[in-house]
This record gives sequence, structure tokens and C-alpha cells, in this order.
Amino acid sequence: MIRFENVTVTYEGADAPSVAGVDLTVPEGELVLLVGPSGVGKSTLLGTVSGLVPHFTGGTLRGRVTVAGRDTRTHKPRELADVVGTVGQDPLSHFVTDTVEDELAYGMESLGLAPDVMRRRVEETLDLLGLAELRDRPIATLSGGQQQRVAIGSVLTPHPKVLVLDEPTSALDPAAAEEVLAVLQRLVHDLGTTVLMAEHRLERVVQYADQVVLLPAPGAAPVVGAPAEVMAVSPVYPPVVGLGRLADWSPLPLTVRDARRRAAGLRERLADAPAPGSGRVAPPAPLPQRRPRARRFTLRGLVRTPAARAQAPASEAAGEDGPVAVAAALSVRRGRVEALRRVELTVEPGETIALMGRNGAGKSTLLSAFVGMLEPSSGSVRSGGAVPHRTEPRELIRRVGLVPQEPRDLLYADTVAGECAAADQDAGAEPGRCRALVSELIPGIADGIHPRDLSEGQRLALALAVVLTARPPLLLLDEPTRGLDYAAKARLVTVLRGLAAEGHAIVLATHDVELAAELAHRVVILAEGEVVADGPTADVVVSSPAFAPQIAKVLAPLRWLTLGQVRTALAGAR
Amino acid sequence: MTDHGARTGRGTARTGTPGSGTLAKERPLRAPEARRADALHPGAWWVWALGLGTAASRTSNPLLLALLIVVAGYVVAARRSDAPWARSYGAFFKLGLLVIAIRLGFTVFLGSAIPGTHTLFTLPEVPLPDWAKGVQIGGRVTAEGLTFAFYDGLRLATLLICVGAANALANPARLLKSLPGALYEAGVAVVVAMTFAPQLIADVQRLRAARRLRGRPDRGLHGLVQVGLPVLEGALERSVALAAAMDARGYGRTAAVPARVRRITAVLTLGGLLGVCAGSYGLLAAQGAGFGLPVLGAGLAAALAGLRLGGRRSVRTRYRPDRWGVRAWLVAGSGVAVAGLMIWAASADPAALAPGVVPLVAPELPLWPALAVLIGLLPAVVAPVPVRGGPAPGDPADRTAAPAAPAASKTKKTKELP
Repeated sequence: MIRFENVTVTYEGADAPSVAGVDLTVPEGELVLLVGPSGVGKSTLLGTVSGLVPHFTGGTLRGRVTVAGRDTRTHKPRELADVVGTVGQDPLSHFVTDTVEDELAYGMESLGLAPDVMRRRVEETLDLLGLAELRDRPIATLSGGQQQRVAIGSVLTPHPKVLVLDEPTSALDPAAAEEVLAVLQRLVHDLGTTVLMAEHRLERVVQYADQVVLLPAPGAAPVVGAPAEVMAVSPVYPPVVGLGRLADWSPLPLTVRDARRRAAGLRERLADAPAPGSGRVAPPAPLPQRRPRARRFTLRGLVRTPAARAQAPASEAAGEDGPVAVAAALSVRRGRVEALRRVELTVEPGETIALMGRNGAGKSTLLSAFVGMLEPSSGSVRSGGAVPHRTEPRELIRRVGLVPQEPRDLLYADTVAGECAAADQDAGAEPGRCRALVSELIPGIADGIHPRDLSEGQRLALALAVVLTARPPLLLLDEPTRGLDYAAKARLVTVLRGLAAEGHAIVLATHDVELAAELAHRVVILAEGEVVADGPTADVVVSSPAFAPQIAKVLAPLRWLTLGQVRTALAGAR
Repeated sequence: MTDHGARTGRGTARTGTPGSGTLAKERPLRAPEARRADALHPGAWWVWALGLGTAASRTSNPLLLALLIVVAGYVVAARRSDAPWARSYGAFFKLGLLVIAIRLGFTVFLGSAIPGTHTLFTLPEVPLPDWAKGVQIGGRVTAEGLTFAFYDGLRLATLLICVGAANALANPARLLKSLPGALYEAGVAVVVAMTFAPQLIADVQRLRAARRLRGRPDRGLHGLVQVGLPVLEGALERSVALAAAMDARGYGRTAAVPARVRRITAVLTLGGLLGVCAGSYGLLAAQGAGFGLPVLGAGLAAALAGLRLGGRRSVRTRYRPDRWGVRAWLVAGSGVAVAGLMIWAASADPAALAPGVVPLVAPELPLWPALAVLIGLLPAVVAPVPVRGGPAPGDPADRTAAPAAPAASKTKKTKELP
């Protein structure tokens, strides 16, 4: 259905090709997954299928790409619109109209289909994607998963033979991602649509793939094969594959179900291994023991205090012993919506908390309240001993720092060096502190580079450095792993563990269950603005179908959460 | 089972498909919910609003103008949806008040040409040289002048409020969809711009809030300036992404049109526009009214034909275009009727529609023009009811009453049957 013949793409001004020597055939009706680290040219390769590369982006394409027999060199994207449907990572930049029904019809209108055909297909697609209830709704009012489904639906109505998806689930919470993937599977199975998809979150998608195309490095030739074979050699792999590699299972399991069926032996070995804690998984980082939520156990408090003091960050604000942040019966209204309802949350120094819950559950709102961007409608909030919305920003950044969902929002300067200088000035720090932090977090960033040209991971590191320049004892991160590949994620985990060990309290709002399992001591689940679960990570996560990491699902009822824990345990048992 | 059937029947009746269920028979004229199929043509709202506006431009009677504002406001309150554009009514209302204030301000500070005898107060007058005769700064402020200015400002404000009502009631995107095919692409540009504006504002708010995270004040003008560049950058990136998406979805596909048709289109459009220009000149010039009208007509016809031919180049079809149904005729007709009757009244009884200010008299409400204005209330009854997020006003009562009634009739029937 799609043929790449010796395809090489070079963008203007680049000295090396982004994609080189790709020879590949995607057969009809298959779901092909494109994997690889960031920056290997996955998006470029996807772009060649719809003709946007090079017709829209510029650059030169050598070789040949044909889709359903049409050569993309002679066909512009608009002339391929009836055979290729493209959906990008951000559905909002895809929508042309304002309501669901119009959006579904838009592509067909452009192609000039007859009105009765359009009407029929819109109804069919509404049913196929479960959007019938939403047909009259303005798109702006939909949730992330619904928007992504509308985006897919909008390219499905012209009945394309090929669907090209660039990271369709990375911005979605686990449940919404399932929703989208279920739809894709239905398309492949029932309609015989060919799907070519790139995705970082392999744990979500790899089991659905018929074939995996691995781009190991920029400009390297792709490795093509069955998912299990490719995963055995891939530098990027989901935790369940990691477990399979660790236990030398062959063929590698791709789903939790496969792995569970093999894992009986492993479970026995691990049951004998020194269990992590007394029925509780040890905190992933070397850390002062977990503090009780309410500080009534004075005895434990007394025992702990000296250690905690020693590890308190070198910040004036954290000098006082006690919780770094407290939300008491906190309610926040956004417009007519009660975004938070009587939330109780205490953050102790050195503690890492993962805030989870579906899109719109109030995670970002809670973080915003901690930095004073929103005022409580009732209840109270304190961070670093101050009332955030009544504190001067200049003062507040010494008490609490937030890295927003889009790190770019924090960056104004046009070079990394300029950004660092501004950060030092904002924080009243000695010149060079921010730059030193940047080099520590992610070595090898040149001074003169524009923040826009950094990769997602580098940009996140820069924003993190900017925030850390003021040495806040409380660090908040909103969706930090969005768009990060496994390598960048692993670096982030190391950095955050280091910060936690220094005594920083960290609160992460995230959909990434694997990240939460790696980092968090405590998980707080929000739903409709209320705290519905709050406890040690293992307690909350193991029993939850949506928030359990893969390792926990495989090894349940044992309470192992991450590959690292299993690896250490096995090494110790040997 | 039968009871269930009756209920579903009732349900469809409630959403307004006429002819099914007993409720529809009881109240056949009840306005349906504005689902897509029943939604009123946005053009009808504009005709209605412009009709009211025309009526307003024909009178300076403050009572009639106030009545027009009340009529427009009532219809908006009864039939506006929750959509973002529906909120624009408030903005137009405030703009109207501002216009009145400015008009009064001008009269106070720059004087008025209306000769008046009731001096309210006197401002110090700026002495001006002889050549600036007729211009006055400061000086006497008379009740007559102020009243005249108020009437004048109120008339303009009423016009603005009528336009605001159309804005609030008609979906602008759908209105643009009704444009002829050749103008379609311009319409898309406007729709995209309209969805971008709110996003831009959200961006500015987000970035200003983010300044707080850098320890900089998040209020004040300086902050606004500094986020300007990132916001524009973001907007530019988004528009590039949107352009790519639109291209990939077939935007701008054109049909092959024979060269002859293309040339005729160009000649017709260009010639038509020239004709319109020449015709308008002829109409406005002192002599030449004779050829003005026919040239203008011919020019218009040629331009329209050009647009129609130009539409052939576009392969687009339209998905569920809004239909101009009976209700649209009624809504548009009510507006035209108000305008027509007011124009007639203005020529029949000019004194009642333009109450004198010299000498100062209290305006009276002329009965027949006032009744004519009330015709403008018709849309509040006949236009489809917008579907709101929650239950529509008046709905809960229906909802509780409706199932009760059939249940009663059902039990009666079952009693009769055995």
C-alpha cells in the first residue's frame, strides 16, 4: 500500500539527511508502528507519506514514495487527501471548523462528495468512533481523548486507504489513550485500513502492531520485523519487554497477558527475594523514610527530624521544619466549573508525589493554586510558608517553582545564555548559577543556541534549570514526560531523584504511570476536582487497572513496580 | 411495554418532529429545539436585525427607540445559545452606551447647532479667531442641545444593539458557509481567524501567568509587551500546522475549468465591477441619473454571473446547508415588516417619529408605530429554541408534566379495554 524506495530526505540548511536510505513496504491492512529515539526522523518519514514532506516543509526528497500507486512527487498533499488521512500530535491545530459534525464533513466537502454520501458517512463515523452524543458540541469544549477521536474521524470520512498518525496518544491520559487505540484497532480489523503510526509510549501501542519499523539512529537504515523480534534489539522498549529481556523469555512478551502467563516462575523467585520493605515497596530513591501524612506520630517525628534537617535544601524558606506545602479544604472555581473541591494535601520535604487522574480532573489547577496563579474560592493554600496568591512573584520563586506543561512558556530570551542570565537576575542569584545547573542537568548545550531549536528533553531541562536557579524547596512539574523518549525520560528520572535526595519536595502531575512508579513515594488520584485516593505508590497503584504500571500488572499480587526494583532483587537473590 | 412505547413517542414529539405523538397535536406550533436540522438560517437573523436597525434609523423618538432595544433584547434573551459568539451581545450593548456618552460629551464641550433657550450651565468658552467661525469650544450648554444629542446617540446605539443581536443569535461560521462557492475560501479565512482570536487571548493569558513563575510581575503593561513575541511565534506555528493539516485534507483542490470559461469569468467579474462603479457615479453625479441606474443594474448582474461561474472552479460540496424554511421566512419577514411599516409611518406622520426639541416637548409614544415595532417580537416565539447545556428554561416543567399526562390517559384506556 505504501512503498518507500531508497528514500532520503534532506532539509534545507542541514548538513546531514534526516532520513536516509529507507526501503520499505507497508502491506495493505496492517498496523505498522514506527519507533526510535527522538530526532531520528520519524515525523519526517510520516510526512513523506502524506506528501507534506517535501511539498509543504521544503527540503529535498530523493528516491520515491508511492501511496496506493500514486507518486508523492507528482501529487500534492491535497491530491492525496482521498487516500491518506493524517493526524498529528496536537488535534487542536488540526481543526478547521467549530463543531464536531462540521469537522467530520470538512474533508469530504473539500473532495466534493455528494451531499447524501456525506450525510451517510458522517452518521457512520459518529457511530464508529462513539461520537454520536457529541455531534453538536463545539470542539473546544471536548476532552483531549474526544478531540483526538474527532481528529481521527475527520480524516476517516473520506475513506482513506492509509491513516498516518504522529504520536496520537502522547498527550492523553491512560483511559483516553485506550479509547483512541481501540478505535484504531477496529479500523484495522473491520475496515482493512492501513495504519502507519509513530509513538513514544510503546507500552500503550506495541501489542497492537503487526510490524515494527525501528529507526535506530538519525540517518541509519531502518530495522523491520515482527514486534517481538524488533523489540529484542531496540534501544527503546516498554517495561514489559524489559522484564522479558531480563528474564530471558523468548519470544519476548509484548502484552501484560503474555508476560503474566510466563511469569509464574519469576513470581516464585521474587517471592523469596527480600521483599521491598515490610509488604511495601522501598522508596525508589535513597531518601529519608516516608513521612506520615498527619504529623501526629511525635515519636517518629523526633527520630526523623535531625536527618531531615541535614538534608534540607540550602534555602532560607525551608529552614523551618514542617510541610513544604499545604492545601486545606481547597476549592477553586474556574468560570462556572468547580475545578477543585475541598482538596486536602500536605507535601513534606524530600517527598515526591505523583498527581494522577484523567484530563480535566484538576491536576494542573492544583499546581496553579500552589504557585498562586489561581485564587482559592474557599479553603486555604500555603507553599513554603507563604500564601502564594498574595506573595510577590519575586519572593515566591524562592519558595516554589513550577515547570509548566509547555516548558517553552517559561523561556523568553533568544539564546540559552541569555535565558540563564535573565534567570540569575530574576532569582537574585550570583551570575552563572543557572548556567551551571544547565550543564549539570544536560551536558553539551551550546550557549548561543535558540531555546526553540532544542529538543523537547533539552528544553525541559533548561526550563527546570531556570526554575531551580531560585532554589525553591518545592518543585512542581506539569506533565514533564510529554513528548520525551525513553532516554530523555530516564535522564529526567535521575535528575529528579537527585533533587529529591537533596531534600526538594517534588509534585508531578502526570499521565505516565511508569514515571509515577519510578519516582513517586506517594500517589494522589484526583477525579472531578476531588482527591479519591492518597497513599504510598504501591498501595494506590497496584490495585488500579488504569494506573498500575506494567511490571505491577505482570507481577501482581507481588508489589514490585519498576524494572529497576526487579533487577536489583534478582541480582541480590543470585 | 406499551407505556414505554408511549414515552418514546412523547420524547420525539418533545424534540419537535411535528406530526408524531399527541403533544405535537396539542401544540403544533411550538418551536422546535435548534438541532442542526431545525436550526434557523443565520441569514434570517441578519435580515430581522437589519430590519429593526432600519426602523431605528427612521425615528428619533426615544420611546420608540427604547422599545426597539427592548424587543431586540427580549428576543436575544429568549433565543440565544451558550456559544461563545452569543456573549457578544453584552459588548455591543456597552458600545451603544459609550456612543451615547461620546455624543453627549461632544455636545457639552463643542456646543450644539440647535438654538436653545433653556441654559443648563455655561462652560468657559475658548476664544477662537474669526476664520474659525462656526466652531465653538465650551460655552452655553442648553437642554435642547443635550436632548437632541441624546436622541441622536440613542438612534446610533439602537442600530449597534440590533447588529449585536444578530451577532449573538446567528452562528457566524454557518453564515459564511452560505456564501457563494467562489467566495468560499475568503470565508474559511475569516472562520479560521475567528477561532484563532480566542486562542490568541488564551495564549496571552497563559504566558502572562507564566511570568509569575519566573518571578516577574504578571500584571502591568510591561508584561504584556514582553509576552508579545512568544505569543506571535506560537500563533505563527499554529497557523503553519493548520495550513499543513488543511492542505493534507484537500483544501484548495480545484476542478479543471476550460480556458474559455476562465476568461469569461474574468471579463464578467471585472466588467461587472467597472459597471457598478460607473453606475454609482452616474447616480451620484448631478447629471446622468438617466444612465446611472441601468448601468449599475447591468454591472451587478455581470458581477454576480462572474461569481457564479467562478464557483465552478471549486469542487466543493456543502454538507447539510442551512435550509430557509417557514420559520426563517417568518423571522426575516417580521424584521422587514417592522422596517417597512416604520418607513411608511415616517412619511405618513413625521412629527410623531421625530419629536421636536425646539421648543422642548415630552415625546409621546405613537400607537401604531409602536405596535409595528412589536411585530419584531415574533422570532421569540417562532424561532427554534437553542439547546442549552443544562435543561432549557421552562423545560423541567414540561418534562415532569409530559410523562404524567400520557400515563393518566393510558390508565384510562386500560380501564376501558377490559
